Amino acid sequence: MRKIYDIHGGIHPLENKHQSLQVSSTPAGIPPQLFYPLSQHIGAPAKAVVSVGQKVLKGELLAAADGFISVPIHASTSGVITAIEPRPVPHPSAMPAPCIVLDSDGLDTWIEHSGVEDYTQLERSALLQLIRDSGIAGMGGAGFPAAVKLGVNPERGRINTLLINGTECEPYITADDILMREQAEAIIAGIHILTHLVEPTEILLGIEDNKPEAIAALRAAAAGTAIDIVVFPTKYPSGGEKQLIEIVTGKQVPSGGLPADIGIVCQNVGTIYAIYRAVTYGEPLISRMTTVTGNAAAHPRNYEVLLGTPMSWLLDLAGYDAKRNQRLMMGGPMMGFTITDPSVPVVKTTNCLLAPTVEELPAPDPAQACIRCGMCAEACPASLLPQQMYWFAQGKEFEKLEAHNLFDCIECGACSYVCPSNIPLVQYYRAAKAEIVQMRNDHAKSEHSRTRFEARQERLDREAAEKEAQRATRKAAAEQRARDAAAGDGVEDPVQAAIARAKAKKAGQAEPAASADPAQAAIEKAKATRAASADLAPEDKARQDLQKLRERAEKSRARLTESREAGAQDKVIEALDASVLKLDEKIATAVAAMADQGWSENPQQAPADPAQAAIERALAKRAAQAAAPALSPREQLQKNLQSVEKSLQKATAKLAEAEQENSDKVEVLQQSVQKLTTKQSQVQAELTALED
Amino acid sequence: MTAMLELVAQNPFIAALLALVGLGLVFGALLGYAAVKFRTEGNPISEQINAILPQTQCGQCGYPGCRPYAEAIADGEAINRCPPGGEGTIAQLADLLDVEAIPLDAEHGEEKAAASVAFIREDECIGCTKCIQACPVDAILGAAKQMHTVIASECTGCDLCVEPCPVDCIDMISEEVTLQTWHWELPSPTDPLIIASDRDDMSSDKERAA
Repeated sequence: MRKIYDIHGGIHPLENKHQSLQVSSTPAGIPPQLFYPLSQHIGAPAKAVVSVGQKVLKGELLAAADGFISVPIHASTSGVITAIEPRPVPHPSAMPAPCIVLDSDGLDTWIEHSGVEDYTQLERSALLQLIRDSGIAGMGGAGFPAAVKLGVNPERGRINTLLINGTECEPYITADDILMREQAEAIIAGIHILTHLVEPTEILLGIEDNKPEAIAALRAAAAGTAIDIVVFPTKYPSGGEKQLIEIVTGKQVPSGGLPADIGIVCQNVGTIYAIYRAVTYGEPLISRMTTVTGNAAAHPRNYEVLLGTPMSWLLDLAGYDAKRNQRLMMGGPMMGFTITDPSVPVVKTTNCLLAPTVEELPAPDPAQACIRCGMCAEACPASLLPQQMYWFAQGKEFEKLEAHNLFDCIECGACSYVCPSNIPLVQYYRAAKAEIVQMRNDHAKSEHSRTRFEARQERLDREAAEKEAQRATRKAAAEQRARDAAAGDGVEDPVQAAIARAKAKKAGQAEPAASADPAQAAIEKAKATRAASADLAPEDKARQDLQKLRERAEKSRARLTESREAGAQDKVIEALDASVLKLDEKIATAVAAMADQGWSENPQQAPADPAQAAIERALAKRAAQAAAPALSPREQLQKNLQSVEKSLQKATAKLAEAEQENSDKVEVLQQSVQKLTTKQSQVQAELTALED
Repeated sequence: MTAMLELVAQNPFIAALLALVGLGLVFGALLGYAAVKFRTEGNPISEQINAILPQTQCGQCGYPGCRPYAEAIADGEAINRCPPGGEGTIAQLADLLDVEAIPLDAEHGEEKAAASVAFIREDECIGCTKCIQACPVDAILGAAKQMHTVIASECTGCDLCVEPCPVDCIDMISEEVTLQTWHWELPSPTDPLIIASDRDDMSSDKERAA
């Protein structure tokens, strides 16, 4: 005989279980219309995968699991989907929630399905997936997805104990009791499936001693197996997961922890039965055992109900008399909640439908002031201090509530039951818990907002700093340019600037002792040249000037070809073209002037630098070629005209091309064409003037 | 030297004075050292205040964000200028700063019953990016001449995007209670807690949860 432990507190309310156990269970039949709330479990609501007007078969998927902690929903009979819209659902808020509405066709045609022949051959993950896909959520009342609980992370520790909860400690409810009596063998087979899945070292089935028939049936079915049927004295709330664990193993689940933390996984017998049906027959969770009881029901009994069946259908079956009823409740008298609309459907967690008369379950008396008697603390199965928590909840002192382990409260209602002042203690705890959760969520959200705000602030600062840096660089560059321009000969032309730089460099080389500043050097150099040229004879000066002009012309030409090859902007090429022309003109004038003076182009003495001499020779040759026929002003003008016309032609062609391509250069090109036309007419006019 | 010791020994007043001055110097040095060695970075109080503020960054308090307001409170600003936080935040601030909780200053706005999120009517959006620039938490997605939309999970409901919208296509939608967000309320405080002798006067069939 296994040692049985006791839990702190607990109460012994009137059991009232016999009413619904007079007869065996019976199927509730097929109602004309069924409602499937998308949220029948803990976790994310399922997602509808059917559409209005679609014909579905019994067992067909209606809504798929949406996320890890979620379960799918299946059609519990064949028919047509007539709506997917908010409908009243069994929930303490009495709010409507999204439901799939199914009009049954009465044929109850099953979808093709088959069970697993030998689940021992199945991978653990495949078996878990099967349980998940069958839509099985904890049937004891909370509705936590069974596959999530069974598939607990092995890192949390090995599961040593598989604990099956057949306690059913709450008054009136007999759904598990009747299931264990009638389906003991199926439950034992289901436990074997879970044993294969979890591989525990011990298998326990906890059951209260007020169910002798169920105990006998289970003992008979479990004979010769490793399953230990643990019977313990009746006390409310022994059926709470943590309480049951303490009763049968003596271990306590740590505060804020899970049973898996101490190597235990706990499942309700109803869930076991559903898993058995899913694995052995391939049937998803589409029906459940529900107790309909209370003195307002003429024939209280257990029904095998299709999920989605309106409660009013069940109540009619049980001979419900609305006049005698004080209020309709889903669940038991301790933890259930009031149903305001009897058209709400039976869902996966509906273990009981309670229709008590006024005499049977009178409305609670008005709450009186707390007299600090301490009976609640004695009754609390979680060893909490309900009276202290009551004060803190009233004062909204949430930190203190948490310090008093509010979240270990299982909301069993034992404290409210024993309270001589009829204070609805549990309601305070529920509200306080909700507010604390809300505050935590709000705080998490505000933290999130804060980080986002700070990240944005940082980004804006960074962008501003970058802009500032860019502006500073641009400013410095502009200042540098302005200085350069001021230091040079004041000409912005890059060619000139380059020449100035080259000169400065040369000057630097010539006078290593000169100041390091190239601009300063250039100025000095320029001054020196000027002084030197002042001393020069007019002939030499003219020669020097000519040579300089040639050099410039050569450079400009080189630049022109370079830009043409590089495909520079037309504007640049044009400018270069013009400058080359101008220089050629100047050279021609200078040569003519020199010829007029009778000066020879070549100086008497050869330049000292042979390379320089070669360049000069080449330059002279080219100049000679260019100026060979000693162009008359008229010829010069004609040549100019020709080159302008050529440029104009080119520009016009380019403009046409650009216009065809609709490029954004059109405007620029148009301008240059216009300019060239003006130039052409100018040259033409000059020529005519000359000819006259 | 001996004469001085004698003088001190003979005048308890001077002895006491010397002892006290000596102690003062020792402890002063100790305190000075501690002040340098264990200097706290930033203002820890404003950090704590900032953690209480709702971080909507709405600027309704008159400061450009929650942190500036937190710093202002640390410097003595009134604690009742935060409408999004409402009475709850004021109570927490009063608790932290050990001052009296005062009612919300209506000048800065009223506490909303439910949190809200911005919603852009996307058909009407012209893609001006003005709301994007206004959003303090980068919760609006979009580009110039492209439709914008609000990332609901990131929105703090601060309203700052509503004003700059040139076509008024932004609505503030209050978050609806769903089955997932619904929760039990505290038993109404207006329910009088009676004493036993009052019981006959109370209606016994009053609705009350178990």
